[in-house]
Amino acid sequence: MKSKTVKGSRAARPGNSVLGKGAATAFLSPSLLFIGVFLLVPAFWTLFLGLTDYKLVGIEALNPSFIGLDNFAKALQDPQFLSSLKLTIVYVLGSAIFGQALLGFILAWVLNELSPRVRSAVELIVIFSWIVPGSVVAFLWFAFYNKEEGTLNAILGVNIDWLLDYPMLSIIIFNIWRGTAFSMLLFSAAIASIPKSHIEVARVAGASKMQQLRNIVLPSARSYILTNLLLITLWTFNDFGPYLLTGGGPGGQTQILPIFIYDSALRYLDFGYGSAIAAIMLLLNLILSLIVLRMSKKGKK
Amino acid sequence: MRLLGKEVFTSDKRRIDERSSVEKISTFVFVLLAVSFFAIPLMWLVLAPFDSDPTFRIKWPNWGLGNFSEMAENPYAYRSLLNSAIFSAGSGLVVILVGAPASYVLSRIKFAGRDAFLYILLLFSSIVTGSAAMVPLFLLSLKLNLIDTYQGVVLVLTGGLIPAAIFILKDFTDSIPKSYEESAQIFGASSFRILKDVVTPIIRPGLAVIFVWSFVQAWGNFLAPFILIRDVNKQPAAVMMYSFYNDGGQAVFRTVAAFSLIYTIPVLAMYFYVNKKYGFRFYGGIKG
Repeated sequence: MKSKTVKGSRAARPGNSVLGKGAATAFLSPSLLFIGVFLLVPAFWTLFLGLTDYKLVGIEALNPSFIGLDNFAKALQDPQFLSSLKLTIVYVLGSAIFGQALLGFILAWVLNELSPRVRSAVELIVIFSWIVPGSVVAFLWFAFYNKEEGTLNAILGVNIDWLLDYPMLSIIIFNIWRGTAFSMLLFSAAIASIPKSHIEVARVAGASKMQQLRNIVLPSARSYILTNLLLITLWTFNDFGPYLLTGGGPGGQTQILPIFIYDSALRYLDFGYGSAIAAIMLLLNLILSLIVLRMSKKGKK
Repeated sequence: MRLLGKEVFTSDKRRIDERSSVEKISTFVFVLLAVSFFAIPLMWLVLAPFDSDPTFRIKWPNWGLGNFSEMAENPYAYRSLLNSAIFSAGSGLVVILVGAPASYVLSRIKFAGRDAFLYILLLFSSIVTGSAAMVPLFLLSLKLNLIDTYQGVVLVLTGGLIPAAIFILKDFTDSIPKSYEESAQIFGASSFRILKDVVTPIIRPGLAVIFVWSFVQAWGNFLAPFILIRDVNKQPAAVMMYSFYNDGGQAVFRTVAAFSLIYTIPVLAMYFYVNKKYGFRFYGGIKG
């Protein structure tokens, strides 16, 4: 009798799952609701708003109308938007690609050779800069960059108002400091996944460090490197962090796209135009994400 | 012939020795510079809270704990930390309550469209970022009367965290063999009992990691409360931090210093806790 029940239940549920169909649906639906309301709806709402002249103040607030692609046409001729786009590209290239990825790779490569104790001590400091809350980090760097009392000027023996005279460089260095830990950890994992014997063979055969790097490490870590570059590009592209340091200033010199959207939509309350810019960002995010996903699928095969 | 070979060998060896000492020195210099770069800005956070006369400069302190009592007298400081705790614990709980059941189903049941669902989930969570979706999220909160409420911030934060949470938890559940559930089934346990007494205890470490991860993400988040909270009594520490030095144009150093440290400690504590208890596992591609 007992064994019969077991057989029966196996036959009835080939997946052999604890949950029935109804329960499974009930388990899934709250997350579907959340994703629908807080991810899908906002995405399409952004696209829709971008096609209107919706503002929170003025006549358009009461009666917003559909204006087609006017906002997008306006953006393409708006020197402020074009400059913001350019600043964003500089920020991403400088702080993510050349900064975080390169420094993260060198750190992972160099630390791999050191004793475990030194290695984890250095890693811990780098990780600290990554996990301290963003608002605190912004204040630390605000203090560090200060003209009169800042520690940076004291170390270099100069008297520069960093955030005023070199705002873009300042936020780039700030973001390298902030985000390198991720690349370092990912590349450490990549290097650790290379069989020790491969490097050992090359070393015994007399290959220099550079040759080992070029011929063994870089080819084996290729997929990690590409994934890392795309991910940090995506994150840096969407990073609101510099706002805490410069507010987009001085004179819009650090007004990267997230800050530009905030300024147009939530500060000057032009929701239509701000949403059009946001829609352009969504599109660029989509392209980047599709490349990441395509690559990670290939990597798995 | 043999002699020649030996000569070549020794000169090669010398070259390698020279090269490796150059390498050692440059490695040392690089590590020193890197450590300075990362450690120096952090020094302010370590020293200034205990300095009775803090400024922007990183300096050896005039030791004292006066900054903390000064901070304690500021009702907004204390209140904002409490608010941060509410936002973070709330987000952690909702993420688990909503995400864990979904990840269990996605791990254990193969249904048509499951892979597509996971794919779309991943895609949307990386596309619809706070920066790109701030306008609709603000309008949504306005229409649902969620501006200036704890629920509003928690829901918006949770919406952004759930996809990644489901992914990590599904991975975690996948790594646990089905045999536990199967044997419980054979013994005739009800579904509810299996979930409560078999599944939940096994995936508890995963739940703990997700709770901590969501907590930390919400604890540090600036944009959501910055947009959705106007009431100063409901502002979390991330936003309050900003008003200590923007008010009169001059920073209230003693309060800021003590506040920065107290606001940072929970995150560090959680990092050490997770690191010690579960080991730092690298979830590729998950940050926030």
